[in-house]
Amino acid sequence: MASFIELKRNLKKDMSALPEYRFAVTGDCATQHLATALRGQAYEYGMNLVMFDADYDEIRAQLMDPSSELYEHKPEAILIDMCTEKLYEAYCMTAAEERADFADRKMEEILGYWEHIKSNVAGTKIIQFNFPESDDRIFGNFANSVGSSFLFQTRKLNLLMMEKASEYAGVFICDLSVLRARFGDAAFKDNKMYYAARMPYSTDMLVHISDEVMKIVNALRAKIKKCVVLDLDNTLWGGVIGDDGLEGIEIGELGIGRAFRDFQLWLKELTKRGIILAVCSKNDEDKAKEPFEKHPDMVLKLDDIACFIANWEDKASNIKKIREILNLGMDSFVFLDDNPFERNLVKSMIPEITVPDLPEDPAEYLGYLKSLDLFETISFAADDAVRTKQYRAEAERVKSQAAFSDYKDYLKDLDMVAYAGPFDTFHYPRIAELSQRSNQFNLRTVRYTADEIKALAEDPSYITLYFTLKDKFGDHGLISVAVIKKEDDSAFIENWFMSCRVLKRTMEEYIINSMVSAVKDAGIGMIKAEYIPTAKNAMVKDIYGRMGFEDLGDGKYRCDVNSFAMRETYVS
Amino acid sequence: MTREEILNKVNEVFHEVFDDDSIEVTETTTAKDIEDWDSLMHITLVSEIENAFGFKFMMKDVVGMKNVGEMLDIIAQNI
Repeated sequence: MASFIELKRNLKKDMSALPEYRFAVTGDCATQHLATALRGQAYEYGMNLVMFDADYDEIRAQLMDPSSELYEHKPEAILIDMCTEKLYEAYCMTAAEERADFADRKMEEILGYWEHIKSNVAGTKIIQFNFPESDDRIFGNFANSVGSSFLFQTRKLNLLMMEKASEYAGVFICDLSVLRARFGDAAFKDNKMYYAARMPYSTDMLVHISDEVMKIVNALRAKIKKCVVLDLDNTLWGGVIGDDGLEGIEIGELGIGRAFRDFQLWLKELTKRGIILAVCSKNDEDKAKEPFEKHPDMVLKLDDIACFIANWEDKASNIKKIREILNLGMDSFVFLDDNPFERNLVKSMIPEITVPDLPEDPAEYLGYLKSLDLFETISFAADDAVRTKQYRAEAERVKSQAAFSDYKDYLKDLDMVAYAGPFDTFHYPRIAELSQRSNQFNLRTVRYTADEIKALAEDPSYITLYFTLKDKFGDHGLISVAVIKKEDDSAFIENWFMSCRVLKRTMEEYIINSMVSAVKDAGIGMIKAEYIPTAKNAMVKDIYGRMGFEDLGDGKYRCDVNSFAMRETYVS
Repeated sequence: MTREEILNKVNEVFHEVFDDDSIEVTETTTAKDIEDWDSLMHITLVSEIENAFGFKFMMKDVVGMKNVGEMLDIIAQNI
């Protein structure tokens, strides 16, 4: 987050192109620095806050007088900044026998301000700070049992404000109490600054306070999130459903499954608030749906997902499809995926979407997402909770198979560079590991140990190839292997397997081209290939056909290397 | 830290706070010498000096500092 100095510097920038929002601040403390921070923070939000900052301690004068400067400014929102220090002064001057009603009377005063605003400038929104609960420690912990204690009355007042805010349309509480709890008293305020300048917040804290206010203003301007698009493997559960199977994924009690369970509970709460969930996963659809239908520890069920897309197309295109089906603005979408490649792809192809960089440790997903505060809103109605159902029905109706036009441009832009080479000592362990772990992209599911890999490498009757891939976002390492056995006048692809992480980036095409060239270089004119189905490798059942090999039926293919037209690829 | 090093670092903070790299503060510089140095800027300046040197001024320092030289004295005592 920008520092106070940076926010202050924003004030000198050209804001003429930004949308204007008329705003007023009035408080019972010094508000000039707060007003500065707000204007600077607004710039960070792409807004020009046209500010009226009332003089010190003028709340009453500005709000009660219909012809005040504040009202003449015609603000779209007014911030009322009342500090706990002043609240405490008033409390101390209250007679002992009246202290039990202190909060109620303060609430009446605040309601008076709200009413005056409503009658003078109908439609103007009110943002009211609540009171950070800084106890005076007169009673110590026992303050909780003393109805007239300052702590008791402050908490009561905050609760009363919550009750009243839920009744008054157009009033929004900005929760400074929660902010102070998060940062602690020492960071929240700077005592000498209060005494020297009547500033109840430290300069550093103004950055966070202004950010909280701007979240509300942003929501008032209808900039709110409506849909969360979810990846599945290692995002909603631990492991890969296509490889690990229903019993192997971590959700519930297995492995780190509790973290995923709590994450799902939170997502479920979002749906109850009216946020739509959608799934966008690189999987076979029936496999992807299996945990939702059959796993007892899954919190989320298919009913909670408004739009479920699982296929092997790229995610940016799929998210655009989800957007079309749900018919929501792209800037109201949040995309959650554990894989940085997918996140970068989506970010670069859909700049409007919000893509949080999920932490590596799933235990931190939830804490991180909560800290981002993405779901600020300004309304809640009971029927928000049934929104998922409506969208689900809509999604059933719309089944479009839109073309993926600009994906090619994206691939070109990735600067993908591959390396193909025969097996070497250095890579034996990784090749063996990939052989053991690949289930989905595995044509004949022949497994090799490290010793067998070594034997193949040394056997002149085999052509062996491994492939690495890197792009501008990073190095994927060794991601695919082909084992080709030379026969009399042809070569047989004994196995080909690849990591699903790099699917659909024309790496398949690059590998096919490399195999054809290698066989050709060996002086052989014909390639034979075979696909042997398993429970998990349906995704590659027709890959040889798609790559231009001749389909002989029964999973068998062949390819004349001399007449083969090299496949188009964006990997070099 | 020598007094000169402290002065140099203080000067950098002035550049930051006033967003003006042409400022050259000396021991005798006062608020009158820098156009934007009003009471509001003073608060910001104090906070940033605190952040830069990792200590807290006392209230009497905040309201009592007469010139940059006095500011340097206080910093030198606290670091």
